[in-house]
Amino acid sequence: MEFRLSIRRAMLLAGTVGTLTVYPAVAQQQPAPGAAPAPAPAPAAQAPALNPQPLPPGSPLIGRPNTEAAMKLAPVAPPPIPSSADKLAQVPGKLKLQKGFHVELYAGNVPNARSMRQGDKGTVFVGSRLQDKVHYITEKDGKRDVKVLVSGLYRPNGLAIKDGTLYIAELSQVSKIEKVEDNLDKSPKPTVIYSDLPKDEAHGWKFIGIGPDNKIYVPVGQPCNNCIPSDQHGQIRRINLDGSGAEVIARGVRNTVGFDWHPVSKELYFTDNGRDWASEDVPEDELNRITKVGQHFGSPYCYQGDFLDPEFGWGHSCAEFEKPVLKTGPHSASLGMRFYTGGNFPAKYKNAIFIARHGSWNRSKKFGGDILAVFLNKDGTVKSTEVFISGFLGPDNNYIGRPADVLFTKDGSMLISDDYNGAIWRVSYGNQKSASAR
Amino acid sequence: MRTFLAALLLGALATGANALTYDEKLPACLSCHGEKGISETPEVPSLAGMPAEFTLIQLFLFRQGTRKIEIMNDLAKDMTDDDLRKFSDYFAKLAPPKASGEAADPQIAARAQAVIQANHCNSCHNPDFSGRDQMPRLAAQREDYLLKALRDYKSGQRPGYDATMDEVIRPVTEPDIVDLAHYLARLK
Repeated sequence: MEFRLSIRRAMLLAGTVGTLTVYPAVAQQQPAPGAAPAPAPAPAAQAPALNPQPLPPGSPLIGRPNTEAAMKLAPVAPPPIPSSADKLAQVPGKLKLQKGFHVELYAGNVPNARSMRQGDKGTVFVGSRLQDKVHYITEKDGKRDVKVLVSGLYRPNGLAIKDGTLYIAELSQVSKIEKVEDNLDKSPKPTVIYSDLPKDEAHGWKFIGIGPDNKIYVPVGQPCNNCIPSDQHGQIRRINLDGSGAEVIARGVRNTVGFDWHPVSKELYFTDNGRDWASEDVPEDELNRITKVGQHFGSPYCYQGDFLDPEFGWGHSCAEFEKPVLKTGPHSASLGMRFYTGGNFPAKYKNAIFIARHGSWNRSKKFGGDILAVFLNKDGTVKSTEVFISGFLGPDNNYIGRPADVLFTKDGSMLISDDYNGAIWRVSYGNQKSASAR
Repeated sequence: MRTFLAALLLGALATGANALTYDEKLPACLSCHGEKGISETPEVPSLAGMPAEFTLIQLFLFRQGTRKIEIMNDLAKDMTDDDLRKFSDYFAKLAPPKASGEAADPQIAARAQAVIQANHCNSCHNPDFSGRDQMPRLAAQREDYLLKALRDYKSGQRPGYDATMDEVIRPVTEPDIVDLAHYLARLK
């Protein structure tokens, strides 16, 4: 029963649901005690009695002010199925790119596409937050095929790949498939290597990556919008490739859904999403840099490096915590990020960071829905930024797509996963031709 | 009775082929939801003029078995993504139902409006309750269906596609639901 209840919370909290794994459990479940039919009728002519029942733990609506403008805001539900070909065809023309760049559909029909990784043989793997599947995309004779690699997973958002082995992070475990590119058509079964993780739905889905130290980096978000996390939450851990040797390397991390290592300094940079309901404009999301193990990045005491939390900031000072190297915009949902090391983009982008900003929900005028390029100084601090691609957020305050991750492929072009359309976009510089999407 | 007929019709059709086409299924839809998408069947909603996103999501939930209504689960289980799009577009293009007959009881209407204001129903469903995106049209919907839908959300029987209705319905009481259904069904 407890598991089912937690699934129920999942739905309530995730705000966006469409997974095969979540729903059946919900449907079988008895109504939660809090959802019992209302008792005796109120006297007829009275105004309706308002006795709100408590929201489930982790609900994104906890802390919402009872004002009209605030009550219009809730997480944006993505369509349940990938967008049709006609709809996808309209997207590239609405995107604004830097001069000389070109965007095209790489693949449609990749439901709820999130984290991406490419294998040595060129296969692109795609994780999902709402589907129970990891997909893979292969290219042959100028055509691309999208197929299911594994089904029956629970929020398989995070992927990493190393020496032919694919690592998959579900909500509360990490598993691996060895020699994955030799077994694509053989329904390979993942082997669990690490499961000592909390099972909270709120910020439980994961981005993972393998560092230059050959360890898998696994974040555990705060199980809430804003709360004091347990010593198991609000952190980034790293584990050995066999799942052993877990070590917490950063705390005060509210919810990172993207990170990568600087190609030269090898330092870990990560995005972190700021809290909701403090205000429309503050706090902003963060881009952080870990310079030594054990640093604390502020959450939930101090956000964006200089904003003391109105609740948990009492008795603290922002000076106690690491400051972000960059504020990445209010509620922007800065998710996947990568350093660019390929050779196809102009030289100024070498070693720049590209961040997929999924776009806000907790803001009346939405913000984000773009790709931000961040240029660094030699010392690893931020020199400047550039909105590299915009237009996923339309002038009507609605999304036509939502970038979740970026990936640079072996040919030096960029892929952008779009969980709203269930699609992947390809960005290249100059007149590069590519295979056509099916 | 209509539901029963639709079930028979489906059963008969289903024995012939593995998966029915869109054209083969449409008559079954209309047999319950009405020739013009305006339902005369108890607890079956009118779908005419529904935002396509809403209908598509409901068909998706039926296909997955998440929302459980046997006849709908049977109908939807082998639908392709394209079928989902075609059915939802079809109903979205039909002229929406209009409330006829007596106006709402003024006392009930006043209470319902207070509930609407307190819970901001009109923020998402639109001030005229025509619906938009994944939020259904409620104006002139069948009263018995509105009652059923609201009660099912309240009890947890009907899981929402996202958390919104699950959370919004929390403070709404059974008498509120009765008032809302009365008022919305008669909304011109």
